[in-house]
Amino acid sequence: MPKARLIDVSKCIACRACQVACKQWNELEAMPTEQRGSYENPPRLSANTWIKVEFRERPNEWLFRAHTCMHCTNAGCEQVCPTGAISHHGEAVVIDQEWCVGCGYCAQACPFHVPDKDEITGTARKCTLCVDRITNNLSPACAKTCPTGAIKFGERADLITEANNRVQTLVNLYGYRRAQVYGEHELGGLHTLYVLTDTPSVFGLPEEPRIATSRVGTQWLSGVIAAGVIAALPFWLLFQRKNRIQSERESKEGETR
Amino acid sequence: MTNHWTDIANADVVLIMGSNAAENHPISFHWVTKAMEKGATLIHVDPRFTRTSARANIHAPLRSGTDIAFLGGMIKYIVEDIEQNPQNYNMEYLREYTNAGWLISDKFNFSDGIFNGYDAAARSYKDKSSWQYQLDENGIPRQDKTFQDPQSVFQLLKNHYARYDMDTVSRVTGTSKDLLLKVYQTFASTGRPNRAGTILYAMGTTQHTVGSQNVRAYSVIQLLLANIGIAGGGINALRGESNVQGATDHALLFQYIPGYLPVPSTAQPTLAKYLEAVTPKTSDPRSGNWKQHQPKYAVSMLKAWYGDNATKDNEFGYQYLPKIQAGVNYSFIALMEAINKGTIKGLLAWGQNPAVSGPNSNAERTALEKLDWLVAVDLWETETAGFWKRPGVDPTTIKTEVFLLPAAASYEKEGSVSNSGRWAQWRYKAVSPPGGAEDDLWITVNLMNRLRAFYTMQGGPNAEAITKLAWNYGETPDPNVVAKEINGYDLVTGKLMNNFLALKDDGTTACGNWLYSGSYTESGNLMARRDPKDNSTIGLFSNWAWCWPVNRRIIYNRASVNSSGNPFDPKRTVVKWDAENKKWTGDVIDGFGTRGPDLYPFIMLPEGAGRLFGMGMADGPFPEHYEPWESPVQNLLSNTELNPVARVWRPEEQGTPDRFPYVGTTYRVSEHWQAGQMTRNLPWLCELMPGMFVEIGDELAQNKGIMNGDKVIVESARGQVHAVAIVTNRLAPLRVDGQVIYQVGIPWHWGYNGLVTGDSANLLTPYIGDANTTIPEYKAFLVNIRRA
Repeated sequence: MPKARLIDVSKCIACRACQVACKQWNELEAMPTEQRGSYENPPRLSANTWIKVEFRERPNEWLFRAHTCMHCTNAGCEQVCPTGAISHHGEAVVIDQEWCVGCGYCAQACPFHVPDKDEITGTARKCTLCVDRITNNLSPACAKTCPTGAIKFGERADLITEANNRVQTLVNLYGYRRAQVYGEHELGGLHTLYVLTDTPSVFGLPEEPRIATSRVGTQWLSGVIAAGVIAALPFWLLFQRKNRIQSERESKEGETR
Repeated sequence: MTNHWTDIANADVVLIMGSNAAENHPISFHWVTKAMEKGATLIHVDPRFTRTSARANIHAPLRSGTDIAFLGGMIKYIVEDIEQNPQNYNMEYLREYTNAGWLISDKFNFSDGIFNGYDAAARSYKDKSSWQYQLDENGIPRQDKTFQDPQSVFQLLKNHYARYDMDTVSRVTGTSKDLLLKVYQTFASTGRPNRAGTILYAMGTTQHTVGSQNVRAYSVIQLLLANIGIAGGGINALRGESNVQGATDHALLFQYIPGYLPVPSTAQPTLAKYLEAVTPKTSDPRSGNWKQHQPKYAVSMLKAWYGDNATKDNEFGYQYLPKIQAGVNYSFIALMEAINKGTIKGLLAWGQNPAVSGPNSNAERTALEKLDWLVAVDLWETETAGFWKRPGVDPTTIKTEVFLLPAAASYEKEGSVSNSGRWAQWRYKAVSPPGGAEDDLWITVNLMNRLRAFYTMQGGPNAEAITKLAWNYGETPDPNVVAKEINGYDLVTGKLMNNFLALKDDGTTACGNWLYSGSYTESGNLMARRDPKDNSTIGLFSNWAWCWPVNRRIIYNRASVNSSGNPFDPKRTVVKWDAENKKWTGDVIDGFGTRGPDLYPFIMLPEGAGRLFGMGMADGPFPEHYEPWESPVQNLLSNTELNPVARVWRPEEQGTPDRFPYVGTTYRVSEHWQAGQMTRNLPWLCELMPGMFVEIGDELAQNKGIMNGDKVIVESARGQVHAVAIVTNRLAPLRVDGQVIYQVGIPWHWGYNGLVTGDSANLLTPYIGDANTTIPEYKAFLVNIRRA
């Protein structure tokens, strides 16, 4: 049964322990930041910041949403990655640092603006859903540290039930008329689900997320043609690897079915 | 806390006031969230809309420093509602367990902001003789259980708060009448016996010239609503540091020795006089008067300190014990002023950073220059340790000799930590401290070893206080040995005490702190227990760690049952009296285990009744609203502007609204801790909150031409700070008596040392203290603001 992470914004107190726990577990460096007139920092997700709480103000409301990789079933980043460095490990969409060539297409393809290229390593990096933890029956660092239970990790089906129940409570008891679950069906189903107290756009999420694959694909092709066959040879090898991984994965899925 | 963290989940209404629990105690929201999952209502009363307000069902903004007006209005609302709708309240509790029906001396009087007995020259209530009960011929307080007698506490309370009508309260606080009513109605709904309301507070309540009376107002409300002693109720102080509860229990404050025994003063030259002064009496058979046992605790403490050198013949070493000068204040500001005057020549700044955390930082940093020597014990070189090379001073002009002793962090040492809920939890050393850093116990013991050697050889004033100590910890002390001493021994059998019930005042028992007696017994270190199983239905977790006193998780729990010993709210049973077997079940009963429910439940008071009328306060038996020392408006509730007993230092440094028209208030954020030495040296936390900022509302920003992110200067009568402006609708202007009042929010984490630096908010804060505790008024003062 697939697992998932559920982020309930109605329980988030924006303490940002998730940001710190993520950096601690994944050994990510602190960014030099400055006070720019906001509680929010660093300014955006990056190769060294894999989860961050976004703050939004409305009259008598202060909205918090931890933004991180959605681990989509139909993951745009995976589809456009020319080297096959990006693949699913169970629920988690992971960038293999050994194979990433830092082309940056994944960043362009992601409807949630998640992956980012590290200037030092030259590779794209992002949340791995703590794949090293979850494959050892631990919850991701962000969920483990969250003091209020706003971030949880568990069976996806159970979390969807819990999320729907929570939405009922938010609508009926606390008057959030537009409360809703996000991620159940988007992009084939996300493995980061949300309970939102308002519409997705209020929280900076696309109402109907789409993958920008076609455009990126054309760019990639024109690049290859321009570079010529010899220059393309290593890419061809990488492609072979991607195809191999995909066929392995498909046959594996066939077995489990 | 009367209750404990886990218990917050039992509440139907959670009132967070004077606290930003979500930001400064994020773990509290584990339990607040659980309460809300069950449908609880969260109310947040605070000048700012914070991360706590973001989760609240009701946020009521108020002008900083007007809590008593706000709460006085609530008291008036509840008292009137009790008269009109007694069926909605627990009248048995009010009648039997509080002093609502007790009669007060007919000489008691209150007029225009002043209670009787006031001596203006001394700024003190010198004569409190009329703040007392009327006694009958047996010395027992007279009562009128119908509350009709004009001298009954209920009637006096009603009269006192008659002025706190909705219009006046709204004009004082700036809170709209709609919101006031909504808060009052919601919280008053917990007066029903089947509902529970808890109050969580922190320094936003206490750091005022009326700080102690702010807490008293909570007591009045919670007693009227029968919310003390029950699950999901209580008055719960969220402590500002992981072990500040333990530090206070072990006599951090100058007015106490361990276990909240009053500190001996020159007014008690003999042990007999001291014991007499700390032993309250009662002739009421229904009152347990627990403090009658204090002589046993005091003598046992002396035995723990002075061992064989404490004998009956030498008053158990009472004369060794240093005494404070009667009438002299030894609180924080007073000590810093004594340093400034040169009276105090040396300072141990131990895990404390007054150059950032003390009020009026300019004054305090200058005072440090007067010291002959300073020893800073900390993890990093704090601003205090580095005061001699701070920006703007020439180190060659400072003669102070400064020592920096590197200390161990919490994971680098073993020992107990007491949380806000009074749970003493043992923790172990995970890693050794780096370099030459040592833990606090090692530093303490080795410092005292050297002092003892010095005084033994050379003598000195009151040398015996040190040379006669029983001090046998060697050079590498074991925290278990100290914990056992705190728990106490029966000196006849040599066995560890089971609890404080068997302590004696004849020198045959020793106990470092009676409150902790029972924490480390012959059956082992109970603080180290980690049984996550809950045998109650209310999350007592009685076998997890150990809780003072005697592992009682909810204090005053006798008040949770009716006169026959059955819980007022059977859904949330705390304790229950088994009349047949004459014993209590549930939580550890509050004192006198075999005594039934006829005993008055507030056993720590000589009369045994919860005090709506609090005669023990320095500044009046009822909380009364006064304006902060620096206020933009005049007091609308009386002609007495400032708490008449508040302690004023440096009166010449008072700012006025013509120059400083805005209300400043200081606070903390989740990402940094206190004066910042722990967090401004950690890159991940610096990344989250890199620099000093202030928060102002949109309207004030517009008036001043300040844009979000602009650099600004905030000034008070004492100093100025540079900061980045966060312009926000979360600091809405308040309409106070027809005048628009703007508030400026100023976090206080920054200083000149560390990975990220910035100006300290306390450069702005005043030198004035609460009437009872002398805690500085960090939360309400006057400032001005302009673009840098």
